[in-house]
Amino acid sequence: MGEFGQALVNAATLIVEFDRDFIGIVGLSLRVSLTAVLFACALGFPLGAVLALSRFPGRGAVVAGLNALMGLPPVVVGLVVFLLLSRSGPFGVLGLLFTPTAMIIAQTILVTPIIAALTRQTVEDLWSEYGEHLHSLGATRADTIGTLLWDGRFSLTTTALAGFGRAIAEVGAVMIVGGNIDSVTRVMTTAIALETSKGNLEMALGLGIVLLVLALAVNGASQLIGTNAMRRAAQA
Amino acid sequence: MSTPPAILPLEVSDLVYEAGGARLLHDISFRLTAGTRTVVLGPNGAGKSLLLRLCHGLITPTMGAIRWGDQMLADPRRLQRHQAMVFQRPVLLRRSARGNVEHALSLHRVPRRQRRARADLALAQTGLAELGNRPARALSGGEQQRLALARAWATTPQVLFLDEPTANLDPAATRAVETLIHGFHAAGTKIIMTTHDLGQAQRVADEIVFIHHGRVLERTSADGFFSAPATPEAQAFIKGELLW
Repeated sequence: MGEFGQALVNAATLIVEFDRDFIGIVGLSLRVSLTAVLFACALGFPLGAVLALSRFPGRGAVVAGLNALMGLPPVVVGLVVFLLLSRSGPFGVLGLLFTPTAMIIAQTILVTPIIAALTRQTVEDLWSEYGEHLHSLGATRADTIGTLLWDGRFSLTTTALAGFGRAIAEVGAVMIVGGNIDSVTRVMTTAIALETSKGNLEMALGLGIVLLVLALAVNGASQLIGTNAMRRAAQA
Repeated sequence: MSTPPAILPLEVSDLVYEAGGARLLHDISFRLTAGTRTVVLGPNGAGKSLLLRLCHGLITPTMGAIRWGDQMLADPRRLQRHQAMVFQRPVLLRRSARGNVEHALSLHRVPRRQRRARADLALAQTGLAELGNRPARALSGGEQQRLALARAWATTPQVLFLDEPTANLDPAATRAVETLIHGFHAAGTKIIMTTHDLGQAQRVADEIVFIHHGRVLERTSADGFFSAPATPEAQAFIKGELLW
């Protein structure tokens, strides 16, 4: 109980003091994860939609594989990206290892399957409803994908949030490719891991509470935008 | 703007459709011309909806040919842009009523700045002018079907297919839909509609295609069909004796 009490005090202190290091850590966490989710949506929405509308031999296996990739272990992704970006790896010359860019790449790889798999399901459900009508209108494949993604926008917002939750909460991938370098690649989760290993449990817990509040704030904000949009669509 | 090529007449020859090993439509041949309201009449399960979907190009026939105009038009998508279809259960997008009409116009490649005006015109035509901003899926059943007709109206089709458009509607909404169908007819759109409702067939049809068990049994003027049906099946159907 004492630890939790101290953690709450720590969390409050961190926020109230507006500590520069702390703000830097929170800012980098948000920047890395939001950017990764943005890229993952740009890739995953069309990918999921195309898969939803395609019929080819072995499609079932592809769908099952994609669904399985939702459970991709972050450390494995981190390791693979590490190998690709390390000095001796194929992309070593870019010098990206231990930079925020490397962390964004790793999280994008982690989140894209989640976005694509959930989008595939959403779009496929909508397609079974809209298919004949769109066919009747002479819709091209691009028309169809555009229509289904737009009409699935409320479900797809939740999909993006699921991706964000995955990105902001993971520690394995950013730790390996970022290296947890103070004020360069240190994010909330790696900071928590570090404070825990130093035995600084109150601080770790305080950071954890801030992380939770942050995730809550992002979800709340997007839900607010979503309901507003729905209300506008309903009343405008 | 140049006048689009006339896609009628519609020539269906030796059409066969099979699904799951069963032959659902047998050797159907007919020719439909512009200017008349054609009603495809028959009991449930006769193959009316299938026939409509085949003609509209939503499904492909197992055998036989469907020709539009005097030659086979190469691009089915271009053909479909001169046709519209209204389904028994209207498929409405998760947008406003106006948004639904504008979406159809955008797929017909109508320039963005013209869409709003054309959509509003179509909504006014169908008595939905006040409901343009309402979410389409929150409209009543009758309003939804009128919206489907507004959407079709906006794209100025040469041929309008209607698949049991009033099967789920009450009498007042049914009358509203039938009035709109007559409006399409008056504007020169070819009507091809299915129904199992004898009264509706009598109110709407200029000519009847009577099908039963996947075969066309009669193809005649509406007056002729109702006053002197030629086949025993049609006689039984008109008398209200169920056919299976």
